[in-house]
Amino acid sequence: MADVIAAPGQLSGGGTQEQKNYLNETKGIASWLFTVDHKRIGIMYLWAVLASFFIGGVFALLVRLELLTPKETIMSAEAYNRVFTLHGAVMVFLFIIPSIPAALGNFVLPLMLGAKDVAFPRLNLASFWIYAIGAIFAVTAMVTGGVDTGWTFYTPYSTTTSGAVSTMTFAAFILGFSSIFTGINFIATIHKLRAPGMSWYKMPLFCWSMYATSIIQVLATPVLGITLLLLIMERAFQIGIFDAKLGGDPVLFQHFFWFYSHPAVYIMILPGMAIISEIIPVFSRKTIFGYKAIAFSSVAIALVGFFVWGHHMFVSGQSVLAGAIFSFLTFLVAIPSAIKVFNWLTTMYKGQISLKTPMLYALSFLLLFAIGGLTGVFLGALSVNVHLHDTYFVVAHFHYVMMGGTVIAFLGGLHYWWPKMFGRMFNERVGAIACALVFIGFNVTFLTQFVLGSQGMPRRYYNYLDQFQPLHAFSTFGSWILGLGLLIAAVNLFSTFRKKPDAPRNPWGAATLEWQTDTPPITHNFHHTPTIDHGPYDYFPGQRKHA
Amino acid sequence: MSDHSTTAHHHPPAKLYAGVLAALLFLTVITVAASRVDFGSSSINVVIALAIATCKASLVILYFMHLRYDKPLNSLILLTGVLFLGVLLAFCLIDIDSRFPSRPSNLKVPIAAGAAAAGAGAAPGTAPAAGAPAAGTPAPAAAPSGGTQPAAAPTPSH
Amino acid sequence: MSQVTGATGASTIHGHGHEHGHSPFLQHHFAEMEQQFDASKIGMWLFLVTEILLFGGLFVGFGIMQGKFPEAFYEAHHHLDWKLGALNTVVLLVSSYTMVMAVHSASKSNQKALIRYLVITLLCAAIFLVVKYFEYEHKIHDGLLPGKFYTYKGDHVPGGQQATFFSFYFMMTGLHGLHILGGMTVIGWVLKRAIAGHFNSSYYTPVDLVGLYWHLVDLIWIYLFPLLYLIS
Repeated sequence: MADVIAAPGQLSGGGTQEQKNYLNETKGIASWLFTVDHKRIGIMYLWAVLASFFIGGVFALLVRLELLTPKETIMSAEAYNRVFTLHGAVMVFLFIIPSIPAALGNFVLPLMLGAKDVAFPRLNLASFWIYAIGAIFAVTAMVTGGVDTGWTFYTPYSTTTSGAVSTMTFAAFILGFSSIFTGINFIATIHKLRAPGMSWYKMPLFCWSMYATSIIQVLATPVLGITLLLLIMERAFQIGIFDAKLGGDPVLFQHFFWFYSHPAVYIMILPGMAIISEIIPVFSRKTIFGYKAIAFSSVAIALVGFFVWGHHMFVSGQSVLAGAIFSFLTFLVAIPSAIKVFNWLTTMYKGQISLKTPMLYALSFLLLFAIGGLTGVFLGALSVNVHLHDTYFVVAHFHYVMMGGTVIAFLGGLHYWWPKMFGRMFNERVGAIACALVFIGFNVTFLTQFVLGSQGMPRRYYNYLDQFQPLHAFSTFGSWILGLGLLIAAVNLFSTFRKKPDAPRNPWGAATLEWQTDTPPITHNFHHTPTIDHGPYDYFPGQRKHA
Repeated sequence: MSDHSTTAHHHPPAKLYAGVLAALLFLTVITVAASRVDFGSSSINVVIALAIATCKASLVILYFMHLRYDKPLNSLILLTGVLFLGVLLAFCLIDIDSRFPSRPSNLKVPIAAGAAAAGAGAAPGTAPAAGAPAAGTPAPAAAPSGGTQPAAAPTPSH
Repeated sequence: MSQVTGATGASTIHGHGHEHGHSPFLQHHFAEMEQQFDASKIGMWLFLVTEILLFGGLFVGFGIMQGKFPEAFYEAHHHLDWKLGALNTVVLLVSSYTMVMAVHSASKSNQKALIRYLVITLLCAAIFLVVKYFEYEHKIHDGLLPGKFYTYKGDHVPGGQQATFFSFYFMMTGLHGLHILGGMTVIGWVLKRAIAGHFNSSYYTPVDLVGLYWHLVDLIWIYLFPLLYLIS
């Protein structure tokens, strides 16, 4: 198979386990830690984010367990504050933000473009190392007193409370650089390293979404950096910018923080959309509907996402005028998101849908993201927001987007590319069962919280009224189903390492380039530089008009 | 420039760089001189100083950083960055200007005292808006937000 | 500093389209030098944008506080010596000129001039830091320090926002000073490679990229100088 462009849909049989590939070409820890191969860096990132996901998940289960009953169930109020803060900080900064771009994206993006590597391989390695250093600081913060501010580090509480706030903030500052470096790398790679013949419109949609994500990473993350630095300085020197007592403005902290952190929501969800745009056409065996609409809606989300951050601050004391402007602009973001959902649905229409595990995750994404997105529109409305602000309704909303959207897409992508990464097929039936449990457990946990929130249960509270207890108990019960589903998925994936590599080159019959090379790929990705003569979703290239 | 066949690496002659340096030094003198002139309002001085600084920055960017001879993409990258910095500034100002409708010059009370006491609503007629930032400051932890639980917020001046 | 060397170190290759031989500096994943050079430039400009936004956050914060407390900031800025600030402005502008001349010399394969200009640039950076050191020493002596360490007693405008001014002064000039140090590190690295004879008209990307970074450091000072020293 010297010809790297296998006919799409052709299931090239036979593993290539005897051949050299990126996994077995060199051996030893050093060959991993100092590699500049984007695939190995992606794999290292994958283990790191999965470990973070596990830690953040344990914190989540502890939070839910504590909330099983009012007052103390398993921990003190102070411990509870630290646990929910660490859940949020770990999940956001150590897991979700690097999850898809730095782990899966690092592995897949150059392959999809037909490139041998990312534009700056050493910068890519530096990004991973900086991530590792940031993670060390985060762990240090956890063991030296913890943080009880919530992951948002709002002033003035964060400048006055004790604990390891400065260490945790500094960890987030460092992690920001790793995110920036990934973004710089991807933008340069997409601009300069597409294979001959791959015009912008022949690029897989995954790359468009990654491009949009990278724009946000580059533009927004530095502002978070300086904000966190100012916060550290405020704690160390009382410089006065965020302290009303000294003439400063605590609301300004929120402006600075959300200038990054709202676009960061799109750093999290756009990569999820990237994966869905790949999975749905492959498992529908139909060319994607509205390629350009999906591509440009990604960029639109990235840019419009910068104009809406104030909707996190409707009750912060922000001016009414600013609130009204931000509320109006927030509605605009719903448009490109909806465009994507409609196009995915239309792609499936009259397709030959096969309900393999990745597709099950993609379908879950569509349902859950639709709920998460629409409740976001409710919350974007100024008047409704004042009522629902800081209640479980908000908690449920962003978990539907972050977990129901991004994490579900991440899991779908993990199952989709697992055979390519490790040359091993997972058990399809177990994968489907795990997906079903995750879907059910997620909804039991968080659909309940919409109800709790609309009844007035405030978020981040340790104690609550007895009347909320049945719903809290139901939600906690859901978290166990969710945890079980994730556990089964993990066992299913990791148990593939116990058997011989058995994955064919292109198990799903996809048309994008990463499936046209060996499984697992060789170190330089392709035996010959591929040239592109058909679109990324062209499953029947011989009969284009017919389809 | 005969040894440079590709447009991407077109560099201007060395003489031009010396001219740009001279212009930059001249503009520095202008900056200092302009700051000593009273234009009637300090904000005019700020605008003038920033305008001169932007002229200097443009010279550096266009000639020393070669953006004038570079691929347009790099200019686009720079402009995008500057634009989004403008977005941050603009929205912060929209909020702050409408939150404190009376600018310091219109206040009856001394500026520093008035603004420092803004949390206590010292400025007459603007009390609700000016009092908001301090009272509405969210304090997470057990109490999630000052918005819903103002009493829990460690507000400095009540 | 790691981000600086990381960004430039990872993208060190450059070529002129008319050289079709296989340059030893062509990395394996690029097809040709031109492509590699373009990618490096894009990467560097993206990095510069992140720097602009990093400093930009400080500028926005400074502007807002200055708008709220014009009198206190006006009084505080009199403690800054505008002559030293102007001197440093001139030093940095000259260093930008010598940096661009270094790039120019490299593009003409004039190794002697390249080394000479890089050395002058380094010297200018050192002069800048020495001047800064004397300014800082004076502030520390007078107790004009950030936040709670501000001990100066002679203020006429009440409110204490002079301390906030000096918080910003030290953060902005301090962060800028760190960038000068980072710039000196990478210029030193380029100088070492220049002495080793790595650069000529067909390959001088590191000089070019380090130059871009150095000009950005100059750019930030162009705004810092009038805002802090002159008008406040």
